[in-house]
Amino acid sequence: MPQTEAQVAAVLVACHELGVPVVARGAGTGLSGGATPHRFGVILSLARFNRVIRVDPLNCLAVVECGVRNLSISEAAAPFGLYYAPDPSSQIACTIGGNIAENSGGVHCLKYGLTLHNVLKLRGFTASGELIEFGSEALDSPGLDLLSIVVGSEGMLAVITEVTVKLIPKPPVARCLLASFADLEAAGNAVAAVIAAGIIPAGLELMDRRMTAAVESFVHAGYDLNAAAILLCESDGTCDEVEEEIGHMGAVLKSCGATRLSVSQDEAERLRFWSGRKNAFPASGRISPDYMCMDSTIPRKRMAEMLRAIEAMELKYDLRCANVFHAGDGNLHPLILFDANDPDQLRRCELFGAEILEASVHLGGTISGEHGVGLEKLNSMCVQFSPLERQQMIAVKRAFDPKEILNPGKVIPTLHRCAEYGKMTVHRGLLPFAELPRF
Amino acid sequence: MSNDAQLHQLVEQIHAARERRAPLNICGGGSKIFYGGMPRGDALHVGSLEGISSYEPTELVVTARAGTKLVELEKILVQKNQYLAFDPPQFSASATVGGMVAAGLAGPARASVGGVRDYVLGVALLNGRGELMRFGGQVIKNVAGYDVSRLAVGSMGVLGVICEVSLKVLPLPAVDATLQWEIGANEALEKMNQWRGQPLPINATSWFQGRLRLRLRGSRAAVQAASDLLRGSSVEANEGTQWWTELRDHRQAFFKVDAPSIARDQSLWRLSVPATAQLMMPSEEVLIEWAGALRWWRTSLSAETVRNYATQAGGHATLFYGGDKSFAKCTPFAPLSEASMRIHRNLKTAFDPDNLFNPGRLCADF
Repeated sequence: MPQTEAQVAAVLVACHELGVPVVARGAGTGLSGGATPHRFGVILSLARFNRVIRVDPLNCLAVVECGVRNLSISEAAAPFGLYYAPDPSSQIACTIGGNIAENSGGVHCLKYGLTLHNVLKLRGFTASGELIEFGSEALDSPGLDLLSIVVGSEGMLAVITEVTVKLIPKPPVARCLLASFADLEAAGNAVAAVIAAGIIPAGLELMDRRMTAAVESFVHAGYDLNAAAILLCESDGTCDEVEEEIGHMGAVLKSCGATRLSVSQDEAERLRFWSGRKNAFPASGRISPDYMCMDSTIPRKRMAEMLRAIEAMELKYDLRCANVFHAGDGNLHPLILFDANDPDQLRRCELFGAEILEASVHLGGTISGEHGVGLEKLNSMCVQFSPLERQQMIAVKRAFDPKEILNPGKVIPTLHRCAEYGKMTVHRGLLPFAELPRF
Repeated sequence: MSNDAQLHQLVEQIHAARERRAPLNICGGGSKIFYGGMPRGDALHVGSLEGISSYEPTELVVTARAGTKLVELEKILVQKNQYLAFDPPQFSASATVGGMVAAGLAGPARASVGGVRDYVLGVALLNGRGELMRFGGQVIKNVAGYDVSRLAVGSMGVLGVICEVSLKVLPLPAVDATLQWEIGANEALEKMNQWRGQPLPINATSWFQGRLRLRLRGSRAAVQAASDLLRGSSVEANEGTQWWTELRDHRQAFFKVDAPSIARDQSLWRLSVPATAQLMMPSEEVLIEWAGALRWWRTSLSAETVRNYATQAGGHATLFYGGDKSFAKCTPFAPLSEASMRIHRNLKTAFDPDNLFNPGRLCADF
């Protein structure tokens, strides 16, 4: 547990020389095993790097150490009317360093972007312990945009100790619209219709009936238990702007067959509308001994199709699944309910999860929207990327870390592993003459 | 010729160049041929690799082949009431999607909406072995594997041939309005800086020759409220649009260093600095954008002097137009740290081991 940058550098220099793996770790709230210790390695806990170094309101930025919690940045910026936009649901506990590693999102990404879009500069160390900076307080930097690849690289390219984030003005008003739908298609179409109408909601979330029922009995948010799906649709900005947008959103949702519509009248009610969504995970913990939270992204228009495919998988694996969905950006979080005391349920649950990821890729999506690959989705990487593409990623890793000591064994599976997983030959259906490039 | 056939032809050209160890100069529309180091090597034309591969307005995603002209893409998007929010420059009508990504340049809206890299969701790339690879995807949220697609942005083509790009698009704003003030550069910088921290629909700012201009974009209510609050004099719609387009495309005489009225020894520098940096140059030599974070400086000062100013302010300077860009005299881009340069060299080897693509366009080493 180093306390200074010099100590971080010393640990890296020693490990680099001895070829010992180093796994940097923040709060450990990640959901894909990205910070899981290595059997023969060192855990570099950065929890003590927990100072907000400065908030510069005129420049709209904050400089913080990597172990600062996501929410504390917004708290430090609040006196200036500013905040840090990405808000993963673990934001009271997760650290900015971990957010950088996973390129974390949250419920407001469609309008305000992911971690990458809200970071200006990173300071840290290379695998060999050399000080390095990526980005700057200016809006671009000379050379290749290394910052953009370090963000989301799951601690495999460098160890980050200090982060400069962008702060944005806090919108004066936010209001939330709660809409019920009698079937999933109608809800899916409504999401597409909102976007087609030229609206970028601050948040757009969907929950299916099982999820709604689970959270309602937990937080009593006043959700419609008869709906097949409910949508939470948020608008933020100035008072007039929000009123105009809420009116527009309401009209669109109504024309798409919303069976019930309510608009939050004050901040307390808005928070109550959100309380259900924000408590989806603990609520699932109440209706099942265990649950596994999946994370994939699909094109929004395939949402109803995906949810029905999941229904079919429930029968196939004889397990229940509750769904929450960042509908605005197509990011799906199915929660597979199971009992880990039953080894067969665990086995079925893992197969269920892998099938959801495969289905996501087939629908034109990706195996991870915001949780990262870590250890959990190594096999699924074989489904999404060709051997050449994975090889190129390994080459990128080696360009930063030639001895491969930083968080080895995560994110990029070996060829051997993919062969065992049996996914070598089905990549994008290009089996015949797969070596020929084509669009 | 079909796009697949063209792709095969590119692969063959790469293989042939590899065998002969002869460098390739990747050519799109040629609108930014002046940018970066001097082009060298045999031309590898990707301009004919064109067309939209898919466009889903409700997904806010368009996928276009690299040679697609930006004007064409804009036309298609506007039919669905959408656009590229980051204002990519079109220094000529031949500017392409591939060139936009390779150069990584964004226009006046950059400071408020983000740059090219913030909108690139995925790319298909031919590496130096002639292997076609896809990174990223066609969805907004994607953290599977390293995001190589974003690394391609601003790479000046040195990592590989960009063949296809998926971009996030946005709905056109309901209203667009331009306001202006007659004030000096220092006062303008102060105003721009202060506005940034307020919840106003400010989309672009510029200061040039005693005039601060500001573009508001957003809902009718928000733009109206901001206009009332800021109280600048309002600029007629056509005139406003013309100013921002000409600024985006560098059509003002200020950007033309070869114009007869301008001293021969002047160069145009692009200084990217923290928005709150001091003015640092005579106000008659500068055009300011991006709330103060971008400063175009026409000067005959030496590269070393200009770069010192930029570095002291916490930014960097690029030699944009004019000057002698052969590396013996001055590198167009600011030099990198030792640690960063090592990673750059390694990445180059990882993608293009035989140093085929665009030698010297990004840095002197490769």
